[in-house]
Amino acid sequence: MLAMKIHEYQAKQLLARYGIPVPPGEVAYSPGQARDIARRLGCPVVVKAQVLVGGRGKAGGVRLVSTPDDAEEVAKKIFSLHIKGSPVRKVLVAQAASVAQELYLGATLDRVTRRLVLIASSQGGVDIEEVAARAPEKIAKVFVDPFIGFSDYLARDLAFEIQLPPSLLRDFATISRGLIQAFVEVDASLVEINPLAITAQGQLWALDAKIVLDDNGLFRHKDLEALRDPDEENPYERQARENELSYVKLDGRIGCMVNGAGLSMATMDVIKLYGGAPANFLDIGGGAKADKVAVALRIILSDSNVKAVLFNIFGGITRCDEVARGIIAALDEVRPDVPMVARLVGTNEAEGRALLSRARMITATTLQEAAQKVVEVAR
Amino acid sequence: MSILVGRATRLLVQGITGREGEFHTRQMLEYGTSVVAGVTPGKRGMQVAGIPVFDTVKAAWEATGANASIIYVPAAFAADAIYEAVDAGIPLIVCITEGIPILDMLKVYHYVKLKGARLIGPNCPGLITPGEAKVGIMPGPIHVAGKVGLVSRSGTLTYEVVWELTQRGFGQSACVGIGGDPIIGTSFVDVLSLFQQDPATEAVVLIGEIGGTDEEEAAEFIGSRMTKPVVGFIAGQTAPQGKRMGHAGAIISGGRGTAAEKVAALQKAGVKVAKSPSQVGELVEVLGLDAGPTVDRQPSRNG
Repeated sequence: MLAMKIHEYQAKQLLARYGIPVPPGEVAYSPGQARDIARRLGCPVVVKAQVLVGGRGKAGGVRLVSTPDDAEEVAKKIFSLHIKGSPVRKVLVAQAASVAQELYLGATLDRVTRRLVLIASSQGGVDIEEVAARAPEKIAKVFVDPFIGFSDYLARDLAFEIQLPPSLLRDFATISRGLIQAFVEVDASLVEINPLAITAQGQLWALDAKIVLDDNGLFRHKDLEALRDPDEENPYERQARENELSYVKLDGRIGCMVNGAGLSMATMDVIKLYGGAPANFLDIGGGAKADKVAVALRIILSDSNVKAVLFNIFGGITRCDEVARGIIAALDEVRPDVPMVARLVGTNEAEGRALLSRARMITATTLQEAAQKVVEVAR
Repeated sequence: MSILVGRATRLLVQGITGREGEFHTRQMLEYGTSVVAGVTPGKRGMQVAGIPVFDTVKAAWEATGANASIIYVPAAFAADAIYEAVDAGIPLIVCITEGIPILDMLKVYHYVKLKGARLIGPNCPGLITPGEAKVGIMPGPIHVAGKVGLVSRSGTLTYEVVWELTQRGFGQSACVGIGGDPIIGTSFVDVLSLFQQDPATEAVVLIGEIGGTDEEEAAEFIGSRMTKPVVGFIAGQTAPQGKRMGHAGAIISGGRGTAAEKVAALQKAGVKVAKSPSQVGELVEVLGLDAGPTVDRQPSRNG
């Protein structure tokens, strides 16, 4: 399960509703559309790939153009890109601003103070983590009281610290307030405006925006769930999410199925300790029934890198016999030729083991033994 | 009683008529926990496993003198349930519920502190003082009473380590699952501090995972304030950056919260850090505690 990201154009539309000024722009799904939009908006415009990974600029996914013809030409090139593996399916065409200075403004959760933190910097347009490492004195932070909420003086404190021109104080406070309000109302875990530009005309404009939503808050935002872009999700991760499984694809050869997030991570670590590499993180959660286990196994086996599978189940609420039934159901259907190692301990382990002994499965009693065996057979 | 729960605990179950609530109420009763009341709004007068159900926490508290509450209600209603317990004056609140929105927890965390209550969790397995009281969802039979205190952000990984300790003959004074969310009511440092003061605890096992800086804060505390030996394990050494590993709190973001950093911080504080869950047992053995009674039990049914 991942924190849900939304596209830049969606984030900008959302922030605009909270009084944050964004450059006029529209989304194009073809080079021809990009051209039409550029003509409507008036050039120069920027053409920006809409993908959910970082590093678009470096990959050539963000370009400034001065005519509608160029917009079409450049869009064509951008549509042919794969940025960190993500194909570009849409571009944002937006009015270009002439920029005097680039600032940073963002909000996130501070785990240490357990408050929302609003962060600003006079060094915008680059990764804020880089600024934090290189010039921490250029970063200003204020913390939002959970009971009082945002108050304008917090924005003024930030503005003075980053030496914002006094003429922009009021607009900066409006943007800060809007950003925090948006954060709270959509249940975000990150809202970033980077850069927040001071234009040559002396106005503040959000030239780029990023919003990450808290998955746990989505149940009260059915409208935001609709912003999820299925094209951007790994198909197996999507299938897992729809079945309430936590799955993260990794690069190794050993598929893992475990109950519990901590134990899943520890199982991966022990595989590594014995010289193997996990193909995935997969937590079936507590109390998983056979059908869910079967889906999980199918997801694991659909990764062609997988050369062996390890089941590590510490039964509590999860019953070992249910897990065994799920494994057997999936095996009947997919008939994999990869070896499998099962380690089932806890609730109904004897019944689980008995079921699996019929399925030609290698068994183990400890995690160590299981990891050693699976690394061995995956070679 | 070791820390937090024991024979004196009089437990209230919020969400007792739900599937989870009812199942675990029976499990806790079977373990010997003194469950005195349940709460489900609108179900006053019902009984679950012989336990009377009340409409409100306040009514349950007035009728039974409950001094701890465990919460099994769905995520959408969990913050409300915690507030109700806090306002009824329940001093110890254990929230099992997973998936509570972060912004709800921001307010809950500060409100609980303001009112002087203690919250364990959310998204946790609860806690147990073996042989006395189980206030949670962990399999009871894998535990045995002893001298090792255990604190963990995880659930089943905790069971794995407990089982390892039990098989090696090391019983536990108490095991506390503090939860896998970014905002939790009780931190490692809070529990370490209780173990340090607890005469029944001679050594401590700390199970951490990637994400946040709780383990670093724990290391700081151990280095400066603890005299009891601590053995640690950090899960997620193979986890990639930027991906949430199941728990909402288990994510390496902006290059921070890695296992390597946490291991280094703990080692610097004198903690012996295991490379695998089973090595935790070996490292505890090296401490040379008097082993508790050896046990010959399987973690078995109804866990």
